[in-house]
Amino acid sequence: MNTAIKQIKGLCAPMMIDDIDTDIIIPAQYLTQTSKDGYGQYAFSRLKQADADFVLNQQKYQTAKILIAGDNFGCGSSREHAVWAIQELGFQAIIAPSFADIFSNNARKNGLVLIDQPLEICELLAAAAQQNDLIISIDLVNAVFKTDQQTFPFVINPFFQHCITEGQDELDYLCSHLSEIKAHHQNAKGQTIFLAGAGVAQ
Amino acid sequence: MKNNIVEKIWQQHVVHRQAGFPDVLRIDFALLHEVTSAQAFAMIERKNLSVQNPEHFLATIDHSIPTRKNRHEIYDKTAKNQIELLRKNCQNHGIPLCDLDSSHQGIVHVVGPELGITQPGMTLVCGDSHTATHGAFGSLAFGIGTSTLAHVFAAGAILMKQPKVMRVHFNGQLPANTYAKDMIMYLIAQIGIGGATGHVIEYTGEAVTALSMEQRMTLCNMSIECGAIAGLVAPDETTFAYIKDRPYAPKGQQWETAKSYWQSLSSDAGCRYDQTIELDITDLQPQVSWGTNPEQSIAINQVIPFSNKTKESLDYVKLKSAQSIAGLTIDWAFVGSCTNGRIEDLRVVADILAGHKIAKQVTMYIVPGSEQVMHQAQKEGLDTIFTEAGAEFRMPGCSMCLGMNDDKVPPGSRCISSTNRNFIGRQGTGSITHLASPATVAFSALAGFITSSYAEQQPQKEAS
Repeated sequence: MNTAIKQIKGLCAPMMIDDIDTDIIIPAQYLTQTSKDGYGQYAFSRLKQADADFVLNQQKYQTAKILIAGDNFGCGSSREHAVWAIQELGFQAIIAPSFADIFSNNARKNGLVLIDQPLEICELLAAAAQQNDLIISIDLVNAVFKTDQQTFPFVINPFFQHCITEGQDELDYLCSHLSEIKAHHQNAKGQTIFLAGAGVAQ
Repeated sequence: MKNNIVEKIWQQHVVHRQAGFPDVLRIDFALLHEVTSAQAFAMIERKNLSVQNPEHFLATIDHSIPTRKNRHEIYDKTAKNQIELLRKNCQNHGIPLCDLDSSHQGIVHVVGPELGITQPGMTLVCGDSHTATHGAFGSLAFGIGTSTLAHVFAAGAILMKQPKVMRVHFNGQLPANTYAKDMIMYLIAQIGIGGATGHVIEYTGEAVTALSMEQRMTLCNMSIECGAIAGLVAPDETTFAYIKDRPYAPKGQQWETAKSYWQSLSSDAGCRYDQTIELDITDLQPQVSWGTNPEQSIAINQVIPFSNKTKESLDYVKLKSAQSIAGLTIDWAFVGSCTNGRIEDLRVVADILAGHKIAKQVTMYIVPGSEQVMHQAQKEGLDTIFTEAGAEFRMPGCSMCLGMNDDKVPPGSRCISSTNRNFIGRQGTGSITHLASPATVAFSALAGFITSSYAEQQPQKEAS
């Protein structure tokens, strides 16, 4: 079991850049580590170095828990390190117009909440987060998030909702089907799977 | 019921389906490498779980190893530790490993097909976004994260929602001096880097069928660069001929059974797709990227487009809109990677370089995709052609594609590269990348500026 999370509440940081790729989130040179932690210090390092005013360099956003981002966030490589790095910065949720597929899968498996919202809403939230301290409260059970003025519904994957709000571990769920999976593999051998030399070629 | 190839493969692999839940999808094979596997082993060990069917896994070392001759000496301590941990993990869990002394070491997406592991109709995964390469064989192959790899280890299955399917149909035939690389770069430029998010692409059309397996792998390899989960091509005689007699390929009666199953996988006439895109490639020109993502690409005879959204990209690559891409002076040229590091790519490059010298200011690395590719190149004398032209022919690995080892483009230097991503700093901090086909890389290396022919024109003057 994982820790059940039903609500996330925190300060928002605006990063309205489209197509933030995983090389930007965590450059490949830092991927030789074999642990799941230690990546936060390198997260977004290229943007941090290039621009002193970059959102994550600003003191006021150091405690932010929710990132407001641009379209196609997390495109590029499959590195889960990108999710680990973002979580280590203290972020628990990202609101953006869209996310890349592998990044979404990786986020889900680590309990990082991704919320799709139309571009206009993301821009509105980002502007608000830039002007004042924007606090958002995300209700995962009812799939809505609130600012102090407005409530926004969002679409949540029902399985992810179940896992995060109940503390269900995905791997435990998958393993509950292990005997069915094993039988399925067995039946496929020689029928649809033809790996003759499996295990011998090196 | 008429089904497309993705639906057929999916139906064969669904173990359990429950409304509102992702499908439990059987995974037939997983490839692994040093960078994204360590934490997955740790995850299953923490839960006291073991690897199911270890013979349905294969590991190789490719991302962070040096490509110099004495590559056994790894100076980077953390990289060395990561490789040693892979060795230990493979040994502990009974997973075969193509180590540095194996004749099958190489880039994971070059090695799988070479061994005959990649077969039509299978589900194949790897902790690497370019896993779609294997779709060239009509397999459903896609990149996964480390947690998902742990799922495959422990269960031989993953949790996944059935993807939408996009048909990309190429009309016309591929013109001379253009390649699968130009086809896929053209597609990405047309639909954008998020254009196929949520979809698996099936590539169809006469030009696709006419491609060799190596070229189909290049085509499928870059599917992720337009956001696709995977990309594939229906298997045919070209596919079967490539697989036959490779180590993992079925033999004897099994070969016939396999072949008739594989033939049944093609999309049914009149089947449904969630989306169809048609592209005419009759007049396709060699493609070159100009910006900081693969969608920012143009034909070599075009100028950089104007857009108010590309200022940061243009600042980074030190270019301006309305500027030509042809004639741009380069410092580096790279041939290699899972996109274009196969024997056919090296032959194309050797044909162009033979009897010529690369430009003085250019450093050119040619890195074979695997030991097998390297030995074949040596057997054909390609290595001599490369060296005589002034290029360096190095040891197999991912090398300068992602700058995880010592092979880096220095800050501010401009590189024409046969790889797949031109992201900011991808080939090293401050590096500037122009993606192109191996042929365009070779011509440019000779000229010292971006060109797709033996140059008659002059390089551009330095941008003021």
